[in-house]
Amino acid sequence: MDIDASLIDWSRAQFALTAMYHWVFVPLTLGLGLIMCLMESLYVATGREFWKTTTRFWMKLFGINFAMGVATGIILEFEFGTNWSNYSWFVGDIFGAPLAVEGIVAFFLEATFIAVMFFGWNKVGRKTHLATTWLTVIGATMSAWWILVANAWMQFPVGMEFNPDTVRNEMVSFADVALSPVAVVKFLHTVSSSWVLGAVFVVGVSAWYLLRGRHREFALCSLRVAAWFGLAAALITGHTGHMSGVQIAKYQPMKLAAAEGLHQGGNSVGLVGVGLLRPGVDWSRAGEDAFLCKVDIPYGLSILATSSKDGFVPGINELLKGGYTQADGSVALSAEEKIARGKVAIAALAEYRKAKESHDSAGQDSALLRLRENFAYFGYGYLKGPEELVPPVPPTFYSFRVMVILGGYFVVLFAGMLLLGRRVEKWRPALWVALLTIPLAYAASEAGWIVAEVGRQPWSIQGLLPNAAAVSRLQPSSVQLTFFIFLILFTVLLLAELRIMCRAIADGPEKA
Amino acid sequence: MITYEFLQYYWCFLVCLLGALFVFLMFVQGGQTLVWSLGRTEEQRRMLLLATGRKWELTFTTLVTFGGAFFASFPLFYSTSFGGAYWVWMLILLCFVIQAVSYEFQLKRANLLGTTTYRVFLMLNGILGPLLVGTAVGTFFFGAEFVVNKGAITDSAMPVISTWASPWHGLEAVADVRNVLLGLAVLMLTRCLAHLYFLNRVDDAEVRARSLRMLPWEIGIFLVFFLSFAACWLTAEGLALCVVKEVGVIFMPETYHYAKVLTRMPAVAALFTAGVVLVLVGLLLPLVKKGSRKGIWIAGPGTVLTVLALLLTAGWSDTYYPSLADPQSSLTLANSCSSFFTLKVMAVVSLLIPFVLAYIVWAWRTLERTPIESSDSSQIH
Repeated sequence: MDIDASLIDWSRAQFALTAMYHWVFVPLTLGLGLIMCLMESLYVATGREFWKTTTRFWMKLFGINFAMGVATGIILEFEFGTNWSNYSWFVGDIFGAPLAVEGIVAFFLEATFIAVMFFGWNKVGRKTHLATTWLTVIGATMSAWWILVANAWMQFPVGMEFNPDTVRNEMVSFADVALSPVAVVKFLHTVSSSWVLGAVFVVGVSAWYLLRGRHREFALCSLRVAAWFGLAAALITGHTGHMSGVQIAKYQPMKLAAAEGLHQGGNSVGLVGVGLLRPGVDWSRAGEDAFLCKVDIPYGLSILATSSKDGFVPGINELLKGGYTQADGSVALSAEEKIARGKVAIAALAEYRKAKESHDSAGQDSALLRLRENFAYFGYGYLKGPEELVPPVPPTFYSFRVMVILGGYFVVLFAGMLLLGRRVEKWRPALWVALLTIPLAYAASEAGWIVAEVGRQPWSIQGLLPNAAAVSRLQPSSVQLTFFIFLILFTVLLLAELRIMCRAIADGPEKA
Repeated sequence: MITYEFLQYYWCFLVCLLGALFVFLMFVQGGQTLVWSLGRTEEQRRMLLLATGRKWELTFTTLVTFGGAFFASFPLFYSTSFGGAYWVWMLILLCFVIQAVSYEFQLKRANLLGTTTYRVFLMLNGILGPLLVGTAVGTFFFGAEFVVNKGAITDSAMPVISTWASPWHGLEAVADVRNVLLGLAVLMLTRCLAHLYFLNRVDDAEVRARSLRMLPWEIGIFLVFFLSFAACWLTAEGLALCVVKEVGVIFMPETYHYAKVLTRMPAVAALFTAGVVLVLVGLLLPLVKKGSRKGIWIAGPGTVLTVLALLLTAGWSDTYYPSLADPQSSLTLANSCSSFFTLKVMAVVSLLIPFVLAYIVWAWRTLERTPIESSDSSQIH
């Protein structure tokens, strides 16, 4: 009996739904949280009540948003067990540790001090309160660190060995997992992009007050703090985004090819600035004309991937056919060869277990040798054909462009706001632009995750475990039902949050 | 010398301790079920919700950490129970999702659903949360319908290691009245603890009088459910590891399993007895000593000790998750735990726990220096 394909699709859809909803709230928590810390620091440093009022207003919005982040987050942790049970055993030895550390080290810090932050204004001194605000935000950021360590490990599995007796991967180096270069860059990129979103939010809300002619001083000061903060964060995001691109070229070349719509690779490859993909292209077949139109940045992709304008970048075709020389000098295997070696690895594991049961030590040794020789391709053995290795190209391609173009736009926006200074209140088009940029920050943030997660399909863990071998054995109808329950519940709660947030903004800082 | 076996027992202890703390902290849930019966005016309801509202995140965080610690230390349980008893765990999660937003949104203007809806959410969380958690924990003693076959990973078409033998995916636990008895006992315990907490925290004569009137009835109902569960538990047949010639070590049914486990682990039995005594003393204290507010400080630790001991009788015995579908699939600490290396790493991280507890105590004391009065109810606009 085969795993029902619709079960995999619905399980993926449910995880994507809950993750995307969760990510609506997390970046604002991280970004607004830090801005709030800066403002309260100004209050403690200057003693001006104005900064306390300002802090309390943004803290109120932070609280409204925080509750939804917590509500959507708990589902994600447990979904690894409920919907991806094989995954939980196969790599739980490695993956579970960051989640546990997050709970013990980060989440308690955040959850404990947030209560003092909200209810402790009149119960602790100014400096102690400031410390609790910082600790809340540090806790949230540390929480992000451990979650991103876990996610980075799925993109770039390191620090583990396969144990054929327990039939799972086991951690051999915590440092390799916790400090993997992919984890470090992913954390910096994700958190700095969250700071950008927080800054866009504060700038946009402040612009709205200026458009309405209300709370002028509050809005101008908030806008200034957020614009400086946002500009710095956007520049960091751009730099870490580049670092992330270099890593993807090295560790996940198929994701890079999908993000670029690069069917046929080669030397001196340009980076697609903007482009329209031809609908209906079969990306796993050679010779397809992929674009209706595009504008390239000459040599851009070769420089990104190889640091050389003449460097070779494999496209989807080369990655499937193999035969090209890789950066380490080895010749790339074709997808069919990888699948064949994966099947050998799986068969060797079955033989090893059989030989162990019958106490055949020679058989065990021979099977183990074959397993180790082919284990790098273990996950490929579950695939039915090379075409399964190609991720959905259009969403990856377009999301990548949305993320990068908007990232550049945010730099311009913050720089423009700073250049205008206090004159901005008289320049209404700029204020409207700032206000309308708020949803764009969310679009950019979600687009980043679409590139990261859709671009690595079909893998739950890159090269090690495809979704089909990771999923729980459930009736698809059960997952469909929970999908729609979450969809309706989260949508209703999101609408409620938006209304409450809009009302709180309309009330203004005096009522905070 | 720290051995692999020691770390398995150590992590089992920590997970059980987190579970025990979680059950105690569910007094928040119990409090949510009492808002309408204890608070007759809006001001009183706000005071009650403010009292539990300062604590709900601690309960929530303990649940999340419990999940993370269980995943990290015993991943086979995570994959077997969560992936199999799908509906029970999903319902529990949904209960906690609606709680998380309700405290923040209930009194906010333009909250879309209205204050009453969010308070109904809190009521649902308060009833279903403890009931479902207790029922799910019951399967640790009385078994669940799963089969584990690690060799399945080599079947490319159907590589799922843990499968559930019942199409009800966890809901069948309700058909075993012993599981439900534990669920009901946990629910009533959380309500009793909530009474003690409100008596300690809320400075309102009417609320206190109502609470004192309700408490004897609540204690009585709790004792009926708890003693019924305890009788079932101590007389239940369980699975014990036995050596069978030419077959090896296998699970075999054992009568009075948990009673025998208690005799084999006298320290745990003593812990259990001490916990039960403390719970009873704490519950009865405000009834026998007029004006006493300290019941929660006695019944709370008592709850932690009782639940810890109860969970340890499963965790430290032959199997902590017996399989009804295939007894040989039952989970033990050894066959379900993480590797020696991972448990060692996690053990180092666990050294931070006293530090975490210290700042939780500081925050708790900071916020609870004075009882909540009617003037405080304005804090939750």
